[in-house]
Amino acid sequence: MGAVLAKARADGRFRLSQEQIILIVVASLFVVFSVLLDGFFTADNLLNLLRSVSSLGILSVAMAVVVIARGMDLSLVASMGVSTAIAIQLMRSELSTPEALLIGLGIVLLLGAINGFLIAFVEIPALFATLASGLLIYGVARTLVLDGLIVELPPDREFVRWLGQGVVFGIPAPIVIFAVVALVAHFLLSRTRTGRFIYAHGDNAGAAALTGIPVRPLTLIEYMIAGAIGFCGGLVMAGSVGGFNTQIIDGSLIYDVLLVVVVGGISLVGGRGGVLSVLAGTALIGVMLNGMTILNMNTHEKDIVKGLILLAALVLDNRLHPRDEETVRQGD
Amino acid sequence: MTATVPRLRLGSRPPERNVPANETLVIKLRHLRRRIALQQVFAELFEKRWMEPAIPLALLIGVFVFFSATTPGFASQENLLSTSAELAELSLVCLGMAVVVISGGIDLSVGSMFGLCNMAVILLVTLSGLPVPVAIALGLLIGALLGSVNGSIVAYLKARPFLTTLVTLIIFRGVLNLLDLNYSAQTATVFVTDPVWEWFGTGKVAGIPFSFVTLIGVLIVGHIVLSRSRLGWHITAVGASRRAARHAGIRVERVLLISYVFSGLLCALAAIFYASRLSSASARVGEGMELTVLTAVILGGISLSGGKGTVWRAFIGAATISLLGKGLLLMNVGGEVFQTVLAAVLIVAVGLDLKWGKNRGKAIQKTYVNPTIVEYGELQDTRPGSGTPFEQNDRLVGAEAIGLGQVEGPEDVILDKQGRLYCGTRQGWILRFSGENFEHREIFARIGGHPLGLAFDAEENLVVCVAGMGLYAVTPQGEVRKLTDETNRNWLQLRDDSRLRLADDLDIAPDGKIYFSEATTRFEMADWILDGIEGRPNGRLLCYDPATGKTRTVIRNLVFPNGVCVSHDGKSLLIAQTWLCRILRFHIDGPDKGRLEVFMENFPGYLDNINRASDGAYWVALNGMRSPAYDLAMRMPTFRRRMMKRIPRDEWLYPSMNHGCVVKVSEQGEVLGTWWDPGGTAHATITSMREHGGYLYIGGLENNRIGRIKLDEAEPTASSSGRAVRSVAGSAAN
Repeated sequence: MGAVLAKARADGRFRLSQEQIILIVVASLFVVFSVLLDGFFTADNLLNLLRSVSSLGILSVAMAVVVIARGMDLSLVASMGVSTAIAIQLMRSELSTPEALLIGLGIVLLLGAINGFLIAFVEIPALFATLASGLLIYGVARTLVLDGLIVELPPDREFVRWLGQGVVFGIPAPIVIFAVVALVAHFLLSRTRTGRFIYAHGDNAGAAALTGIPVRPLTLIEYMIAGAIGFCGGLVMAGSVGGFNTQIIDGSLIYDVLLVVVVGGISLVGGRGGVLSVLAGTALIGVMLNGMTILNMNTHEKDIVKGLILLAALVLDNRLHPRDEETVRQGD
Repeated sequence: MTATVPRLRLGSRPPERNVPANETLVIKLRHLRRRIALQQVFAELFEKRWMEPAIPLALLIGVFVFFSATTPGFASQENLLSTSAELAELSLVCLGMAVVVISGGIDLSVGSMFGLCNMAVILLVTLSGLPVPVAIALGLLIGALLGSVNGSIVAYLKARPFLTTLVTLIIFRGVLNLLDLNYSAQTATVFVTDPVWEWFGTGKVAGIPFSFVTLIGVLIVGHIVLSRSRLGWHITAVGASRRAARHAGIRVERVLLISYVFSGLLCALAAIFYASRLSSASARVGEGMELTVLTAVILGGISLSGGKGTVWRAFIGAATISLLGKGLLLMNVGGEVFQTVLAAVLIVAVGLDLKWGKNRGKAIQKTYVNPTIVEYGELQDTRPGSGTPFEQNDRLVGAEAIGLGQVEGPEDVILDKQGRLYCGTRQGWILRFSGENFEHREIFARIGGHPLGLAFDAEENLVVCVAGMGLYAVTPQGEVRKLTDETNRNWLQLRDDSRLRLADDLDIAPDGKIYFSEATTRFEMADWILDGIEGRPNGRLLCYDPATGKTRTVIRNLVFPNGVCVSHDGKSLLIAQTWLCRILRFHIDGPDKGRLEVFMENFPGYLDNINRASDGAYWVALNGMRSPAYDLAMRMPTFRRRMMKRIPRDEWLYPSMNHGCVVKVSEQGEVLGTWWDPGGTAHATITSMREHGGYLYIGGLENNRIGRIKLDEAEPTASSSGRAVRSVAGSAAN
């Protein structure tokens, strides 16, 4: 933690942390966009930026938890989408809102546990396990459970709608929820035993196991936490547009999430970064996406730009936190 | 030397176990039941190298048979032909993926590269006005370029292959979408009527689509490159161990780059066939293909951990997935279901691949030893004062020690005509002791392995059974020559038993043939005791004919044949069986030639070597004594199996091997006398003894010396000294 504070080095000079660099980049990008782009620096646009970015931020917090533990959840968007869609589909019946939400939460926790099981006990590398499980989850839900690709939120479900469209003291509810999720995750990661264990797991799984941390059950918990946070993000998304389009699972949202996490400074080697990194990453990606929208780029151009930035971020991350190339296992 | 090697006469063989006096049918059936070892079949099957590709092949055949039987129209000619065109494209992409996976990476961008190349080729053919061959060449170049983008990022920038190619997947897809957005309207209206283009799309060679013929060519070339060329070896080496490859001087980065370029190139080739076949310039071409290809490659048995795989495995995997997809399509199952099935198959296949790769050795090891029932007769009392023939005495206590501390494990000892003493040692040497009191020690020959049985042939060559190596001969000058290390293979069993694993003891018949025992064909020297825990007939008697240089198996399926000795009349062999505590007699000459019978049984200890005595009797070494507890354990195979599973190896119940004796038995099978070293302090495990010039020399597998005692003429068992020893060729030491 303490990432925002510059660390004094032995030679007395200050060294910027990755979060600080990102925040400086955000600020300069902000200035550049404000000057160059019409309609960027307006209250409406900024509020809109924050709101649109908050669900991405929530998902990134979820991803951060597993990436800190040297994992990866490529099924995050799939499990979020499927559980949210099922919860909303249940709301279309006479089930009460809490019941539907609990069932959705149960599903997402179960999916997280399955992922964790595949990774921790079957020992499939996280990337393979979650890539395949994401497709499997989506496939099963689409063919067996869900009625259609798009589920409409019934108008009488005020709570879910409020999550996406409500206002608290003049601040849109998604932003408030993002803040709450970030605070809770920060508390979890930095102030609880589980959080410490997650860092230990990511830093050196073998050493963590040797010191007596139950690494395998912990892996299950990490993926379940990630799933639960993702579910919150899904509800915010559903609330803000009054329904849920499961085709988003097929889209490039997961790359945005990865981008936020990697750019923010949560290294893929694990045990590094924190919620503040997510905030920095979210700010950068939010500004960038907003700028690209104002520039009127189409989805494909955006995908290419995002892909290139992500590629650069991955290479950079690898430079900053090198792995042992010689002995690295497939899927690490 | 013209006589043929005797064959075991049919129906003249005693049961390969100790038969109790009052055996009931139930006991017989129990023995029969315990003879069968399914676990052993499993262990031996999965030890085979061909077993790994055999499973995916079986799966492919299973899928084909299943859909042929259940889906009408599946096995029809049109369907198979149309499938073969699709299969060719998928297989080419799979081949590219396989090369990358073998090199230790992964390429998830294959679907996007395929789609992008498809679009590029169609644009080049329809809009650019270039001649078709040039367009095709450019298409291949584009594929190679896309691959080299992946390759350089992974190899030179050292990024993670999985995420890198996952990201290039969306970048390439984005480019493809942009092209589609800008040009789709124009490509839709152009029709290409170039003969080369049409040949690529619909051409047939002997009724088989051109793409499939090309695939076969690529497979053959790919196989040669991957398994026979330097590049292929480098790719495999880098995948198996990057560090070792680098230390071996392989340019790892370049090899990685090349493997990704291969992947891009093959994607482009597949895309050209696809483009010419369907002319579909859609942006959705190749979407989700990475999942199909990855699943196919892993299903085909190409390990994700790298360094393992062949092009055929990639093809088998592609064919399985392709037939599965086609079959499901004919069953009217939607594409989403297929994707879901693929994802599930991928998880299962990756899980199995990893678990199997990690636990294969352990699984084989755990099921390798399969105990069976070994019955013993009543255990004779050997206590001092018991009055039995095996009553313990202290005749070996005063034995002189030769080479004390200078020899390690002289399993067998022998003396030549000049009275020099030879023995094998654990280091793989033959030592020679000479001088009046054998005080001069020299290394006579260095063979390797662990020399066990020794015998001199008519030309004074020392013939040696070497554990782990086979049968060797040492000339009087100390030159080592291999006589044989293999025999005819038994085709009725899975395990290849043609190599000699544990040649144990030998003797040379009057006609010059060398008969030797192989104690077990299933265990190495270090694990010989496991054969005792198993108790199965794993050993055999072999014959090497110096005249022809051929080795033949004379009797197979013997329970640990250890000592071998030609009888005094030269017409039969005595074979001591360690775990059955009995001696067999095998007639190699005379009217009974080829008959096998029990000579003596129910010894109170485990037999080792057997030699002729000067007076027409035989010396037998007992390397350890039976105990009631272990006899009982040998009767209970499930108990021994449980013991091996549940407790660490050093706490298992083993046959006692630390206290034995020398027994003298007559030609008629009576015990004439015993020589004991109570407590086994000097001669713990007695594995051999040799009589020479009125002395008895004693060797032991674990001993640090050779013992010598003077045989007292007055001893009741030592028969009259004047008796002529029958001269048998090749038994100079007696």
